[in-house]
Order: sequence, then C-alpha cells, then structure tokens
Amino acid sequence: MARIGVFICQCGKNIESTVDTKKVADEMAELPGVVYSCNYRFMCSAPGQEDVKKAIKKHKLDGVVVAACSPHMHEKTFRRACEAAGVNPYKCEMANIREQCSWVHHDTTKKAGTAKSIDITRMTIERLKKNKPLKKISIPVNKRALVIGGGIAGIQAALDIAEGGREVILVEREPSIGGNMARLSETFPTMDCSQCILTPKMVEAELHDNIKLYTWSEVEKVDGYIGNFTVQIRKKARYVDEELCTGCGDCLVKCPFKAPSEFEMGLATRKVIYTPFPQAVPNIPVIDAARCPKIQKGKCGICEKVCGPGAIDYEQTDQIVTEEVGAIVVATGYQVMPTARFGEYGAGKIKDVITGLHFERLASSAGPTGGEIRRPSDDKVPDSVVFIQCSGSRDEAKGVAYCSKICCMYTAKHTMLYKHKVPDGQAYVFYMDIRAGGKRYEEFTRRAIEKEGAMYLRGRVSRVYERDGKVIVQGADTLSGDQIEIEAEMVVLASAVVSRTGADQLAQKLGISYDRYKFFNEYHPKLKPVETVTGGIFLAGTCMGPMDIPDAVSMGSAVAGKVLGLFSAEEMAREPITASVNTMICNACWDCVVACPYTAIEKEEVRNKKGEIVRVNAKVNDGLCQGCGVCVAACRSKAIDLAGYTDEQVYAAISVF
Amino acid sequence: MKLTYYPGCTLNTVAKQFDASAKKSALELGFEMDELSEWNCCGASFPLTPDNIMGLSAPTKVLAQARKAGDTVMTLCSVCYNVLKRTNKVIRDDTDRRDVVCGFIEEDYDGSIDVLHFLEVLRDRVGFEKVKEAVKRPLEGLKAGAYYGCMLLRPFEDMGIDNCEDPTIFEDLLKALGCEPVGFPNKIECCGSHLALGKDNEEIVTKLSGNVMQSAAGSGAELIVTSCPLCQYNLDGAQEKLEASMPGYRPVPIVYFTQILGLSLGQSETELGLDTSRWDARPLLKEKGI
Repeated sequence: MARIGVFICQCGKNIESTVDTKKVADEMAELPGVVYSCNYRFMCSAPGQEDVKKAIKKHKLDGVVVAACSPHMHEKTFRRACEAAGVNPYKCEMANIREQCSWVHHDTTKKAGTAKSIDITRMTIERLKKNKPLKKISIPVNKRALVIGGGIAGIQAALDIAEGGREVILVEREPSIGGNMARLSETFPTMDCSQCILTPKMVEAELHDNIKLYTWSEVEKVDGYIGNFTVQIRKKARYVDEELCTGCGDCLVKCPFKAPSEFEMGLATRKVIYTPFPQAVPNIPVIDAARCPKIQKGKCGICEKVCGPGAIDYEQTDQIVTEEVGAIVVATGYQVMPTARFGEYGAGKIKDVITGLHFERLASSAGPTGGEIRRPSDDKVPDSVVFIQCSGSRDEAKGVAYCSKICCMYTAKHTMLYKHKVPDGQAYVFYMDIRAGGKRYEEFTRRAIEKEGAMYLRGRVSRVYERDGKVIVQGADTLSGDQIEIEAEMVVLASAVVSRTGADQLAQKLGISYDRYKFFNEYHPKLKPVETVTGGIFLAGTCMGPMDIPDAVSMGSAVAGKVLGLFSAEEMAREPITASVNTMICNACWDCVVACPYTAIEKEEVRNKKGEIVRVNAKVNDGLCQGCGVCVAACRSKAIDLAGYTDEQVYAAISVF
Repeated sequence: MKLTYYPGCTLNTVAKQFDASAKKSALELGFEMDELSEWNCCGASFPLTPDNIMGLSAPTKVLAQARKAGDTVMTLCSVCYNVLKRTNKVIRDDTDRRDVVCGFIEEDYDGSIDVLHFLEVLRDRVGFEKVKEAVKRPLEGLKAGAYYGCMLLRPFEDMGIDNCEDPTIFEDLLKALGCEPVGFPNKIECCGSHLALGKDNEEIVTKLSGNVMQSAAGSGAELIVTSCPLCQYNLDGAQEKLEASMPGYRPVPIVYFTQILGLSLGQSETELGLDTSRWDARPLLKEKGI
C-alpha cells in the first residue's frame, strides 16, 4: 500500500478565501494510501518545504501531493524538496487548486471551491499511485558550437563562445562575413561608421584560435539532438585555393570581365573573380563560375596566369564537410523587400527609386560613389530626395503586418547624411508614425526634424512615377489635409525588413519553427527569447524578426551565455518525460513518425543473427523527444506511452468519479 | 465557343461601336457572344455600405439570369464588370445578404457564375498569341496609350484581373496587335467620371481627366485606348476644355480597345464606328499608313 502525504496550501488568501483547506486536508486523510495530510499558509515558503521534508521522514512517505498553484510555478520546488528527503522527484505531483479552482470561483461560502478542490486532489492522489520513479536522462555534450550566419549577431555569438573557451564553427553563405552591417554607412544614433566598428570584430573572428570559419558555405544537413548534432556543410567551390592564396588582389585587377556587385546592390560592378568588398574576411576571392568564360567555355585563364602562388584552381568542386557540435546558433539575418514589389512606386523600373540599403551604399565612403549622394540614373547629385517610410511594413496588402522597427531611425539618419553631404538639398519624409523607442532615439529623430531641416509629412504616398527626368511623388499630408505632389530627384523606400529567402528550408533542416513571415520562432517571447523549442538550437539577430544592431549584438551575447551554460557540464541532465514504443504492439504504420514535430521517432530495423530484418518498428530518440505526447495520440495501436503521463495514470485519475 | 454576354446600358446607346466591334472581332477570333435574352441595368455602382441591400438587387438579377444560360458571363464595360464581379462575390460568400437579396428579387442564385471581362477572354481563353496570328493589318507605329482607369482593376482582391498597381494586360494586347503601347504614369488613375453628373464638380473632373490626358500626351500617346464607356465619354469632353484652356494642347482620339482590335483584324473604319468619335482617329491612322 502506498504511503502518500497530502499538503494543502492556503496561498495566503489566494486559495483560502474560496476553499476550506482544512476540510480538504481532513477528507484526504480518509483516503486509502494517504498516511498524512495537512494544510499550511504558504507551502512554497522555506518552513513549508521543511514540513514536507519532515513529514516524509516521520511518516516514511513514498509519494507526495501538493495541492497548491500550477505546476508551472512550483513543481520544481517541491520535487527538489522530495528529492532532498529521499523520495523520487517524479513521485511528487501537484494538484492545481489555485488557477484552476480558487481563482475562478467567487463563492465565499467556500462550498463549490472546497468540493472541486477535493475532486482535483483526489484525482491527483490516484494518479500518483500509478507514478513510477523516473530518472533524469543524462546526455553527453559535445562542447563545440555551430553558428550559422556571419553577420553581426553571428560574429558576436561566435566571439563570445570562443572567448568562453569553446570551439566555434562559423558558417557564412557569402564569400565574406560581415552581413548587412558591412553595407551600412553610419549607424544611428551615434553616427559612428559601421565598417569601422564592425571590421575589427570580423578580423578578430578570423584570427581567433577557437573559431573555424567556413565562408562561401551552407549548411546542408543537420542530424542528432542537443549536445550531439552532426552537421554537413557544403563548401561551395571557390576556384581559389584558400591555403595558397595570399590575398594580393592581382587577379581582381587583371580579370577582364565584370558583373553587377551583389554587395553594392547592383549599384556598381565587380570583377568575375572578386571579393565582395575591400575589407572582406577572409580576404580570399571567389570566382563567379556562371559568368567565368574559363570555367564555362575554357577561354581566358588570365587570373591563373597572374596568380603568383598558383592558387587558382578551375577544377575545384563543392566539398561536403562533416562537423560534430553540441549546440547550434542560427543567425541568418534579413533582407529587404525588393522595389519590384512596389507597383505603385514604379515596380523597380524607375532607376532613381531605391531602397534604404542602396542609400547606405551611396552614403558609404567605401561605396560606389565614394560617399557622394549621386542618383543611379545619371550620377547627378539630387537636389531633393523623398524618403517613404513603411514601404511594405504595416501594410497587409503587401503581406507584412508588422513594423520593421529600424526604418524610422535609419530614415532620420539618411536625411542627416544627405543634409551633411548636400547642404542645399531638401529631404522629405513621408511617415505613418515615428517610432523612436530606444536610448537616445527620440532625440535623434527630433534633431533630424528640428535642426537638420528634413521636412516630415505625415501621410502615405499613393504613386511614384517619372516625368521629364524627375521622380514625381504623389501623396497625402494628413495633418494639413492636402494632397501633395513633390518633384523629387530621387526616392528612397524604407523597404520592409523581411526574412531571408530560403529561411523556411533552413528551419525545416533544423527542425525549428517559424511564423507566417518565415521569421524563426523563439521558445517564449519574453522568458526564453533566444531559445527555440528544439533543445540545443538557439537564435540571434534578425532571423527572428526586425531589430537594430544593439539588439542583435545583445542577442548574440545572450545566446553565447546559453551555449556556454550548456557546455559547462560534461553531461546534461534532462527531464525524463519522453515517449517510448512498446515494440511488441507497434505495427509500423509510421503515423507517429509523421506526427512528431521534433523528428524524434526513427524507423528501427530489428535483425536476427544472420543479419536478416525480422521486424521493423518505431523507436523514440530520447535526446530529441520533448515529451509533447502527439505520437501517443497518433498511435492507433496504442503502442506508445509517455513517461510521467502514462495511460494508466490518466485512467486512474479519471476513475475517481 | 459561345459565351453569355451582358452588354449593359451604354453598350446599347452611346457605346454602340464598342458592342459592334467586339461582337465582330469575337467571331473572327473563334467565339460567339450570346447576348442575354433579358437583362436590366447593373446599377453602375457597387454599394459600399454592407446594409445597402437594395443596391445589390439589380446586379444579382443580371447574374441570376446569366446563370440560367451558363456558368460564365462576359462583359465589355469596366463598370458593369466591376459591379457584377463584386456583387457576385458578396452573393457567393455572404449567405445572410444572399438570402435577403435573392428573396427580394425572387431568384434562387448562389454566386456560382464566373464573371469575365472580354480582355480576360482574349488573354486566358483565346490567348494573345492567337490574337497576334489573326491580325491582318498590324498597327505598326501606332503609339497607343493604354488607359485602365479605376474600375477594371480595383479593388484588387475582388477583381484580380491583373496587378492593380502595375497592370500590363492592355499593353500586352496592344503589342499583339502590332501597336507600340504607351504605359503612361496616370494609366490607372481615375478620370473623375463618377463625379461628372454631380453639381459643382466640374472643376475637379476637369482636373482629374486633364491629369490623365496630359500624362498620356506627355508620354507620347497618339491615341487612348480604354475599356470604359464612362472614361471614353468623360475624356472626350475634357479634351474640349483642355484645348480651350491650354494653348498648344492637341486632343487625341479616345477609342475602345475592341475598335483597335477590329481595325487590326481588317474591319473597316465605318464598321468600327471610328467616324462617330468626337476626336477623329482616321487622319492619324492615315498618317501612319494604316
């Protein structure tokens, strides 16, 4: 016979005002298997916990029910107390008589609340009788981390993990790390030069002993689970030997073929053998194979001839490398909605309608115009520029309901950069609202409006078109109620921050979830902002939603803290609430394999001594299983059970009625 | 192919040339326009207030009649197209309003018809490639301004005929006919015709239609092609005022796209009613050698 102790909490007045806890305790004492019961003002307080421990010893309890708040609040507290007193923590259950009872009942005669508390507690007692002692699962942890994406968030995460003494694999899709931040001219609200603050970090990442850099590479496949991931990385053919190349740049000078530069957003050209920008890390060029006549047709070969160390290798192919890691940080960043999406603003056909990122390149001293603001169509310095905020953002018709968060600030910055470079020029800004929440942000936008002469117009732009070499902007000023037509010489769209093309495919490879905009989902928006629901996979930066540089850097560091925490022990313990398959009943229909959101169920082949397959059945990987129970519901032959939530336990609880 | 055709009032009165040129061209392109035996005015404006049930009854009556004849109904007039298509969506999706309207007009109709515009038929059923093959007299060198107006395209989620901000269906057709299409900035702006009947709106209407015409002329259009009888009427009139008020303004012919289509298919200028327009297109065509 079980020896169960029942502890009823008053939670001050929270429970006691509508539940007679004394009566509940007395009734429970009568139940078979209950050898002790009591009520107390605050069970979760230190004396309350002590009472539990003392009762366990005194009455030789083998199970504990605490009737109090939600297990989300204090299950851990009481399980720890039980463990300290020698009772298996999974033989401790909580009956929720607060959120699910006292708080929703207002009957101060305590009749309804008491009756319901008795039922809830009885159910929990019966359930507990069927509980089996469980042991935390311990998993070995491979103390290396993979960081996907070499923008500022990824670089920060990699540097902090590396500084913490752990190895990091940093994978970047482009030929250089740096991400979108490398494109920016100056940064709000301090106006410091983006590259000047970024490039030291890029170099540090390159030179750090604990960081292994894979640029021009993509994650191909991810297997395994927290602490034990196996990752396949595709190193795309660079056609330049990374060991031999000295980064002298002779090949870039001599290559006779040009192509639009991706880094310059098409505002300038690059050579067919190229590094995206002068401070590229690593400073090793790649050959644009699709445009290289040597690779396509066997004609040219100049880069090979001029290369002193003989690093050019036209025969190079993609390589797949395998890395074993214990944690993965996803920091794949964002892109902006292309101008072609804006039919009303010229659908990408008007050359002088550009995005904010294009403007960054025009304003950058390392950019295609050497930092002079010159419009793309004819290189003229524009005497007026119209900035259109919320281009795509907060616009359901464009499929983006959210605020892109950074545009109000960078548009204010753009107007200032423009004013500094073209003092006689006039900047106009169409805005819906100015959202300048952040340290020194509001002051910054006020400065643009009040001191730097930008004309802010509250309203939307309906149409942008060309007329006689000007860009005509038609809009509304909702404050004066007037319709406005501005003959501008350039238009800059604060285009919506959107997720990277292919973000959904990466999420599927990793087994993490994403929202309807293909931004990756955090585990909890407030309390677990850098974790995903998949153990061991973390998020940093704009791959989870629009944010500015300080936020992205903070997340990079936060994630490093999480990864280093995970790596601090040889083995990690995790909750033993996992599913298991009764292989004798499993009929291999694989419904569970399809249903499992964590790809934790595998198809297992059972072989005899001769190596012949005698049976196939489902098998749950403890490392991946998150104990959600979906497979249990999906299994038609009832072959799957969830430890801690077995059918037996559930039926026992129901059977009290 | 036989398609049920709803002309609407203007096509039988002031836009007869639109109707005739479409019917003849259709036959040459391999389909027949089968006019509804009995029809009424569509009301010419889609009621924007959800409780204006009365405004839905006339177009629903048309749709119900058409449904008895088949599963599609085709229109030429942009306004009829707009009203019928949007009404049809309401009747299909909103059972409450459907019950009231259908009860009132004593018809049993569920919104199961497809409302098509002649342009859509040319693009999706005939195909512009086929149209191109059928052209007997390519309209080479004719700079035709593609004027969509507002009714054909908006609201996008209801109409869906083409991208409402950057449509190309007109230009694509004009290209198939051998023209040089001119997509001018104001090609999807309103011409103001909905205000033309109101009092004291003359100034606004003149301004709006003037904007359209100036934008077209500025982009080099020698003639304007439309699918809307209201636009045609309104722009015709507006040019008179522009001519009077703007020295150097040269009015251009405003024609229906089916007239241009018929012309390229070899129909005569009189058949097409080109001699009835206020701003005669014939000298221009002669100049171009067409």
